[in-house]
Amino acid sequence: MNFPSKLIEDAVSEISRLPGIGKKTALRLALHLLKQKESVSEDLANSIISLRKDIKYCNICHNISDSETCSICTGNRRDRRLICVVEDIPDVLAIENTSQYNGLYHVLSGVISPIQGIGPDELNIEPLLDRIRNPRSEEKVKEVILALPATMEGDTTSFYITRKLKEFHIKVSTIARGIPIGGELEYTDEVTLGRSILTRVNYSAD
Amino acid sequence: MYLKNIRLQQFKNYQKAEVQFSSEINCFVGINGSGKTNLLDAIHYLCLTKSAINGVDMLNILHNKDFFTVFGDFDLEGKEIEVRCIFESGKKKQLLQNRKAIEKMSDHVGLLPVVMIAPDDTGLIKDGSEERRRFFDNMLCQMDKQYLDQLVRYQHFLKQRNALIKQFADKGRWDSAFIEPYDREIISLSKKIATARKSFLEEYYPILKEFYNIISDNQEQIGVAYETHCSGAEFEKEFKASAQKDFLLKRTNMGIHKDDFVFEIEGYPIRKFGSQGQQKSFVIALKLAQFQIFLTHKKTKPILLLDDIFDKLDDNRIGKLMNLVADHRFGQLFISDARPERSKEILAGIGAESRFFLVKDGEIGNWDQ
Repeated sequence: MNFPSKLIEDAVSEISRLPGIGKKTALRLALHLLKQKESVSEDLANSIISLRKDIKYCNICHNISDSETCSICTGNRRDRRLICVVEDIPDVLAIENTSQYNGLYHVLSGVISPIQGIGPDELNIEPLLDRIRNPRSEEKVKEVILALPATMEGDTTSFYITRKLKEFHIKVSTIARGIPIGGELEYTDEVTLGRSILTRVNYSAD
Repeated sequence: MYLKNIRLQQFKNYQKAEVQFSSEINCFVGINGSGKTNLLDAIHYLCLTKSAINGVDMLNILHNKDFFTVFGDFDLEGKEIEVRCIFESGKKKQLLQNRKAIEKMSDHVGLLPVVMIAPDDTGLIKDGSEERRRFFDNMLCQMDKQYLDQLVRYQHFLKQRNALIKQFADKGRWDSAFIEPYDREIISLSKKIATARKSFLEEYYPILKEFYNIISDNQEQIGVAYETHCSGAEFEKEFKASAQKDFLLKRTNMGIHKDDFVFEIEGYPIRKFGSQGQQKSFVIALKLAQFQIFLTHKKTKPILLLDDIFDKLDDNRIGKLMNLVADHRFGQLFISDARPERSKEILAGIGAESRFFLVKDGEIGNWDQ
């Protein structure tokens, strides 16, 4: 792409580094900013800079946070005996949006994959063990819920963590897998359907 | 099932070509290098989404062009299926069934069974164990989706485990807790895959024996020994015990990726002790048994591709093979041969409809008999 201005070219090249944005979209965004008031661009730039500079990661659960400890970990209505282990930050938001969970979280920042050079040391696994070993409140952790992706890497990571948790003699559970609510059986993939038959649950008529 | 016609564009040495086939015997004749085998390969593409000869799709495009297409209409037990295979350089290969794109190639593989016999291809006997595992895995995967799933998972975990071992070797320290999840998967999948291979062989072996005895004149005893570490009760222990060896050699030394199928004749490995003729007969029997297995499981006669076999086999074996054709053991047949008169003579006495095509410089015409 040829640009009439070096400034435009620089902007396009920076914007198109973002995921899901190509050169054309980047150009459209850049030209859009030029048409707006100068303050729009300044606000955008400042918010990005302060996002990058001031963002913190919770020193307990490693979720994104404005302070040293995140609002979930400090929340006084939370059940401190439950820890839900997730792969990454969006998973916390997804589970929070269900309004079905009132415990704490632990963000691993990835799953184990030796091919990509990611081992337990690259993830927040040791901090998780430490949380259970040295609880910050009087209430001890009694259950760890593994909510990792249903992939081969997710399964391997779950197994690894389960082994590491063995010494604490606490309950380790994993989220259920099966047919989505509102889903038709005939359109469900064979592996999911097969597993949902194998791990069927008692029907509760209450 | 049979293939009614094929339409090629920029595939190998064909600029553009279209042929209507007989549902019985089709014979491609023409001098060497005219493109006979390429036609067989195009049929292979339609059935299995890949070449039988060259695994790299790029190399199957006509020189200096940037895409190829292979289209064909099949009749699968009365059901019409149009298959389109399109490959453009730098893009993902596309496969369409009745104009509907197939997302996963594995969903297409197995629908239209095909068996190719090229008797100089004794690699199955002479080469390493990988060729033989691939031959059996290919059949198993086409018949058993669960096996395919297990094999894919196995290969993935093996790759992860090997990457892990290399890291351990770099650090000079083995971490049993870290490797345990992979050991567990590999052990449990190995057991399942070994059991599946074993029970498949029980079905396959009697068929193989029957065909070998038909093809070869003498009634030698043949055998297939399935060699695996993974079916014994001690496998788990042995797998764990080989950790030190794994660490030293920087790879996984136990598991179904080390299995072999040893072909034997009178109790000795045919690879070392079989004559040329015995090896050729064995390869043909392997493929014919594959045909029979597909027929039983897919409930349709696979397409049989015979590449240049009249040249490589003696009259005796050709005669036996043609007796099977005359018995209507097979369905649609595609044959390539450099010498038209010979093919005509061999096929004359069969009593099946045969159509001859003259292939010349990437063009296909009817052969004036």
